[in-house]
Parts: sequence; C-alpha cells; structure tokens
Amino acid sequence: MMRAAIVSRPLDAALLLAEVAGDAHGATTLFVGTVRNTNGGRAVSGIEYSAYDSMATVELQRILDEAASRFTDVSIVVEHRVGTLRLQEASVIIATAHAHRAPALDAQRYVVEELKKRVPVWKREHYTDGTREWVGATS
Amino acid sequence: MHLQVLLFATYADAFGATEIVLDLPDGATVGELVTAVRARAPHAALPPHPLVAVNHAYASSGSVLSTGDEVALIPPVAGG
Repeated sequence: MMRAAIVSRPLDAALLLAEVAGDAHGATTLFVGTVRNTNGGRAVSGIEYSAYDSMATVELQRILDEAASRFTDVSIVVEHRVGTLRLQEASVIIATAHAHRAPALDAQRYVVEELKKRVPVWKREHYTDGTREWVGATS
Repeated sequence: MHLQVLLFATYADAFGATEIVLDLPDGATVGELVTAVRARAPHAALPPHPLVAVNHAYASSGSVLSTGDEVALIPPVAGG
C-alpha cells in the first residue's frame, strides 16, 4: 500500500493506520504534525495551509516511490491537509508499516524530511494579536 | 508563445493574482521566463533565482519551455 494525498478535510490517524495494516507487518509507525501555539516567540492561534495541489500530490508520490526503492516492502500512506487549522489539529499524517521496525521508522523519517524540503505547500500563521504572516518566506 | 504562469502564497500576494500570462519567444528557457516575470514584478517580489516547476516537476534554468507547459513559480515551501 502506497498512497499520497492533499486533502481539505480533518485528518483521521486511525484510518491511515488501517490502510497500512497487514498480516506481514511487525512494525507500524504514525507521525502526526500538529499546529503549535508559538513560533519564533510569537503566540500562534492557527495556521492557514495552501498548496499547489496537483504538483504536491505528484511530488509526494515521487517521495513514496523513492522510499519504496530504499526500504523494500514498506507500506506508506501520507495525507497533508490544506485550509485553516486550529491549535492541535493535524496538518500532516504519515503512517508506515513493515515486517521490521528499522525500515518502518527510517521510511517515516525519510518521507517527513523530504516532504518539508520539496512538497509545494505553504503556511500563513495567524497570531493572537490578529496579524498574519507567511512562514519561511524570504520576500 | 503564450504561457500561463501559476503563482502561489507570497508570489500571488505580490502580483495580486494567482496566474499571469507571458508572451515569450519559441524556445525560451526557464531562466528567460524568470527574467520576464521579474521585469513585471513589483519591487523585489521575486528573488533572482526562484524555484520553477514545469509540468509538476522542478526545472532548472536551462530547461526549454514549450507551448502548453504548465509553469509555476514556487515560493519557499513550508509544509508539515
């Protein structure tokens, strides 16, 4: 099982875990990225995520293909949410499963690190003082 | 050739649009497209070497563009 998607609905970890489940798997991992209440010393009230949806889906799929060739027989499902999220809400969930723990853990780390480097998703933080700012923007 | 260029996040804000249309000579490269966009950009809206995607894949500045290509300027990504 390999699946990647950009979605605009709340993420459900249990569904992703069920998707990667299999009799041959001895290890399953779950990574949940959530909205945090501070960034750079500023009080955050929420984050607005947007994406170049069609390319983000393709780029995520490329990352999964790379993971599949590095970690044979791994199962991975990843969903990234777009829209305005409140504190504690999940922006990204990655579920991986494998016969053994090392490939399951390594594949999860590979997917999240590559996602943060390459997938065209952007976030604008909303602060408790009412202001908003794009994150990671240099201009 | 006419090319639509998709804009996102800070770039869309800077241009006040989510896409612009450019008229470029046939055989133009990604680098030439960037130069043309920068010429239309408000002050410092685009860095000298922004990430560019062509048909959903990152492209180098020497890549040659064709009519019908889906071109996008990609601001620094911040997913996760």
